[in-house]
Amino acid sequence: MYTYILRRLFLFIPVLFGVTVFVFLVMNIIPGDIASIILGTEATPELKEQLRQEFGLNLPLYQQYWNWISGVFVGDFGNSLRTGAPILPEMLNRFSLTFELTIFAAIISWMIAIPMGILAAVKRNTKGDIGIRFVSLLGVSIPNFALATLLILILSLFFNYYPPVGYVGFLEDPRRNLEILLIPAIVLGTSMAGSLMRMTRSSILEILGQDFIRTAQAKGISQKMVLFKHALRNAIIPVLTIIGMQIGYLLGGTIIVEQIFSLPGLGQMVLTGINQRDFPVVQGTILFIATIFVTVNLIVDILYSYLDPRISYD
Amino acid sequence: MSDALLEVKDLKTYFFVEDKIIKSVDGVNFTIKNGETVAIVGESGSGKSITSLSIMGLVPKPNGKIVEGSIKFSGDELVGLPEKKMNKIRGNDIAMIFQEPMTSLNPVFTIGNQITEALLHHQNLKKSEAKKRAVELLKLVGFARAEQIIHEYPHQLSGGMRQRVMIAMAMSCDPKLLIADEPTTALDVTIQAQILELMRDVKKKFNSSILLITHDLGVVAEMADRVLVMYGGQVVEETSVDEIFEKPKHPYTSGLLASIPKIEEERKRLEQIPGTVPSADNFPRGCRFAPRCSKVMPRCTDAPPDLLKVEPDHKVRCYLYELS
Repeated sequence: MYTYILRRLFLFIPVLFGVTVFVFLVMNIIPGDIASIILGTEATPELKEQLRQEFGLNLPLYQQYWNWISGVFVGDFGNSLRTGAPILPEMLNRFSLTFELTIFAAIISWMIAIPMGILAAVKRNTKGDIGIRFVSLLGVSIPNFALATLLILILSLFFNYYPPVGYVGFLEDPRRNLEILLIPAIVLGTSMAGSLMRMTRSSILEILGQDFIRTAQAKGISQKMVLFKHALRNAIIPVLTIIGMQIGYLLGGTIIVEQIFSLPGLGQMVLTGINQRDFPVVQGTILFIATIFVTVNLIVDILYSYLDPRISYD
Repeated sequence: MSDALLEVKDLKTYFFVEDKIIKSVDGVNFTIKNGETVAIVGESGSGKSITSLSIMGLVPKPNGKIVEGSIKFSGDELVGLPEKKMNKIRGNDIAMIFQEPMTSLNPVFTIGNQITEALLHHQNLKKSEAKKRAVELLKLVGFARAEQIIHEYPHQLSGGMRQRVMIAMAMSCDPKLLIADEPTTALDVTIQAQILELMRDVKKKFNSSILLITHDLGVVAEMADRVLVMYGGQVVEETSVDEIFEKPKHPYTSGLLASIPKIEEERKRLEQIPGTVPSADNFPRGCRFAPRCSKVMPRCTDAPPDLLKVEPDHKVRCYLYELS
């Protein structure tokens, strides 16, 4: 197992290298120039040239890349061209919000999706099942921004709710922090729950038709034990794949929801970076997100082998 | 019949699929005595597996249902028994092993976990006691390294070994009746013989009765005391194992026997019964075997024959024997 993990960690290098090169090239290809964005209307060719010189943008591409990546190796992601602030601390700070939001949303989604999925499978083709499937279809098809706007509208009309202004960290004021994150987490959680519920349902249904379920029933153990011990443990494996992908995406920043609820998360940082052609910010955050994504994938793969003894990486 | 362990009377198990009624088991009667091995023989679709699932109360829901009849086990009625009470009998007094050892064990739990499950559930053993018993059972079914096997997972065992585990699991609570649904069909021939040998052994040690479901007459000859031949959801012939091989009466039974290759005969084309089993939602009006029968008479297609006692220990459902 340890050799497997080491091998996988080693494979991170080519993946992440590919990501950095790709992002670097894309940022250089897309039109728009940070110098003109910063200088705005006052830009003269001389001033622009001077700024470019300062940022090292006139160097050959490979040298620009080297300057950046050699910093990353020693933990220096550089400074924002726009604000001059160092990127890494800001990124970690924002990630803590995104991380908290993701976990919050994931827990909400599991609490809805897994019991509902099991219920739908057990009561298949009844009215309850059809109802659950319909709701989950809504969850899959309603986009985040629509649900978020709708929720804000309804809550503000009937419950005197308004989207919070200003973010408070969990350590500063846990209560206020959870209040701020609750509605965004519900929005993200319910939209995750849709596909998760469908996966849980079909996975449980498939397992319930297996021979070993009949064996378990033939032992005379209760229907609950058959379902929660024998079926669930097997059915959770494909569900875990979806959970891993969803968490990976969310940890990479939830641009739209962060924007709607004006949360200073990772997604917002990427978006601002792209809009302002702030190269080091975009490169740094994308690299960071890619690292998180492959790490989550690795964790899911390791969990597989704990849940299913047939999966062995040795 | 005071020594009857299982009495199945007029059992009808139907499946309701869309607007069709599929009469998988249609009026089956039989009795299993203590210590007896009864074999049910028939082609696929003859209703033999559904008969066994009916006894276990495991008829696939929600389509399948026992619509009529009674199943008495040690004098207690099983049909209509609430799930909770049935669960006290399943795995404890009646145990079952299945055709597919490769898929009949749960892949994510250890062998030990799966064997001790029934013990913990039915016999109130402590975990350590159940584990000890599991090791004993595995030794009994021929695992030399039973202490290790309990920590292994099904995918680490071969098909024959898994069927041994299934037998150990079934015997764990010392059941009075073991239902074996095609226990050797999915196994290699050499392993088949071992498993049959093991079942005979186990039966002697535990003094249990066996209901053996099979389509393999070789297995019947090896194992059974009495034989029921099923066709189209009904019993067409019932007698002792010696009678069935020496003096088969029903044309279907004769046909089945004729289709076994015999080693002493010169090689020639194997006999076969023409046609296929009629589908269970659309049986012929008369005898269900009439369309395939070589001795069909006009009256066979008019009305269905009854199962008649033609000799003290021989029942047959055929007009040929009505007068004799």
